[in-house]
Amino acid sequence: MSNIRSYEERLKGFTWDIAKRELGFKDGDPINIGAFCSDRICEQGKGGKTAMIWEGFDGQGRTYTFDDVRLRSNAFAAFIRSLGIDIGERVCIFMDKIPELYIGFVGILKTGAIAQPLFSAFGEDSLLTRLQDAETSVVFTTRKHMLKVRRIREKLPSLKYIVVVDAAADTKLREGEIAFDMEKAEKPEKFDWFRATLETPSVLHYTSGTTGKPKGALHVHGSILAQHLSTKWVLDVTENDIYWCTADPGWVTGTSYGIIGPWSCGITQVVLDSGFSSERWYQTIEKYKVTVWYSAPTAIRLLMKDGTDIVKKHDLSSLRHLCSVGEPLNAEAVIWSKEAYGLPFLDTFWQTETGAIMISNYPGMPIKPGSMGKAFPGITAAVVDPKTFVPIEGFGKVGLIALKPGWPSMIRTYWNNPTTYEGKFKNGWYLCGDRASIDAEGYFWFVGRDDDVINTGGHLVGPFEIESALLEHPAVAESAAVGKPDPVNMEVVKAFVALKPGYSPSDDLQLEIMNYIRKKLSPLAMPQEIEFVPSLPKTRSGKILRRMLRAKEWNEPIGDISTLEND
Amino acid sequence: MDELQKTILEYVKKEYVDEDSDTEVDFETPLISSGIVDSFSMVSLKTFLEKKYKISIPDVKATPEAFDSVNKIANLVTEMLKG
Repeated sequence: MSNIRSYEERLKGFTWDIAKRELGFKDGDPINIGAFCSDRICEQGKGGKTAMIWEGFDGQGRTYTFDDVRLRSNAFAAFIRSLGIDIGERVCIFMDKIPELYIGFVGILKTGAIAQPLFSAFGEDSLLTRLQDAETSVVFTTRKHMLKVRRIREKLPSLKYIVVVDAAADTKLREGEIAFDMEKAEKPEKFDWFRATLETPSVLHYTSGTTGKPKGALHVHGSILAQHLSTKWVLDVTENDIYWCTADPGWVTGTSYGIIGPWSCGITQVVLDSGFSSERWYQTIEKYKVTVWYSAPTAIRLLMKDGTDIVKKHDLSSLRHLCSVGEPLNAEAVIWSKEAYGLPFLDTFWQTETGAIMISNYPGMPIKPGSMGKAFPGITAAVVDPKTFVPIEGFGKVGLIALKPGWPSMIRTYWNNPTTYEGKFKNGWYLCGDRASIDAEGYFWFVGRDDDVINTGGHLVGPFEIESALLEHPAVAESAAVGKPDPVNMEVVKAFVALKPGYSPSDDLQLEIMNYIRKKLSPLAMPQEIEFVPSLPKTRSGKILRRMLRAKEWNEPIGDISTLEND
Repeated sequence: MDELQKTILEYVKKEYVDEDSDTEVDFETPLISSGIVDSFSMVSLKTFLEKKYKISIPDVKATPEAFDSVNKIANLVTEMLKG
């Protein structure tokens, strides 16, 4: 029997009080995600239970109990307080998937500071944009990534400290750089964690939009209600499960369901800090007897590419429940996983702004391969007309995915950008920026994005950020970045580039520009293809018609081009 | 083969390793599994190899395993050069 038991029954009379009861929280009580994911679990007598089985790329492993997490997060928290960091200041974690990332996240939250995880593959420009906007006070990082922070430090007047968690005896630190060793640090038995309310800011995740710079999505401590309950009802974790979320905590899945969800449930989780490899992933499942696996369509399609022979070489019989997130899971992948593992991957839909799963397939519910599933209990979801923002009546008609505001894990604003946040709400609905339809049985079917944001490998990349960086290359006169179809990543970045006089298209220049963007922004933002063009299509007012270029890549109708310059 | 390995190693060091970092890369250093080169960046490395050696590496051969060290990449390039 699954945790949710009957989806239909759970819909009846649902209130978020169920989550509060599960967490032992009463209105008016203090709450703190950090404490609820560590101290609270220990108070339940589970201090000796394994919280994290960590394995590095070189095969070295470390295991931490919930008591280890509690004490080490206390060490982080005490250290942060000793630096004089105040409640609400932004403390960034910029490192690979090492234990200090997971435990440091818990420690930051215990202090009342806002945790700002950033993807460790970000280049200096991407890092600078996000640290500048957040006016971050502290960056926790490693030797490997410290140099990127150091090189932009002069442009970050708010940055008080760079903390290096793996400094060696011969690591030369400069002024304002401090070494902190989680293992050697004093670990207070008790830490007076910050008594937050449901509305106290907790986590700041940056996400990309079509225009402008990335936006800081501000979450609150009350988000744990939705993250906890959806971990139980969708991911279906139970006391003896070994759970593996393959996401990086630099992105929201990695915190909502790679830290908060499982640890608020007191569940043992596996973390593998290694690049993708089918063999390594299957070894991990076999070695640690993973039972619940939360991954992404891109990874699933890579596993599909490697076929089922490799699956048969491993004992994956421990697996009992598989879920997927990041981009729509195609029907073929659902069917293949059933054949390969004897279990279908269940698709879940949500985004940085929603903080937790909004639409999903549930254990025990009939699965329609390729469908997003149905709204989580307590979530009112609809597809609305793109002009009137009124829910569309009738089945199979495409509209915008819209959610009725009011669930606990919805972000409360975009950092420094309330106007853009308010613009996401129309006619009393929050618009996700995706298009879908609903069938006669209430299942949602994803159609595509409603904007120019590129979803590559489950990560959103903003075209504006790429185009701005491209323009900084000496050879580039103008550019447009669009998503082009990709069999593995759903979309990859393609750039159309018009060169300045004196420059000619060449293979070398193409590679040079690719590497330029990769280093400046991130590997995700690197155009996987560059097409040199004499000029870009523009409106009469000079705006680049990105959608026209995108439509060509997707073999879709170009649409209205009445505003096209020189048409 | 030696020259091939050296060229690839130099390129990996130049493009994927921070010049100021203490990360050491040799012919056997894991590249993909260690995160020095991630799966997205593999595309630029593949593009370099294809242009430099005038080969075409099919997607089925361009796996994370085949790109996981300079030696493995050199073996792959050698195989492609032989046709």
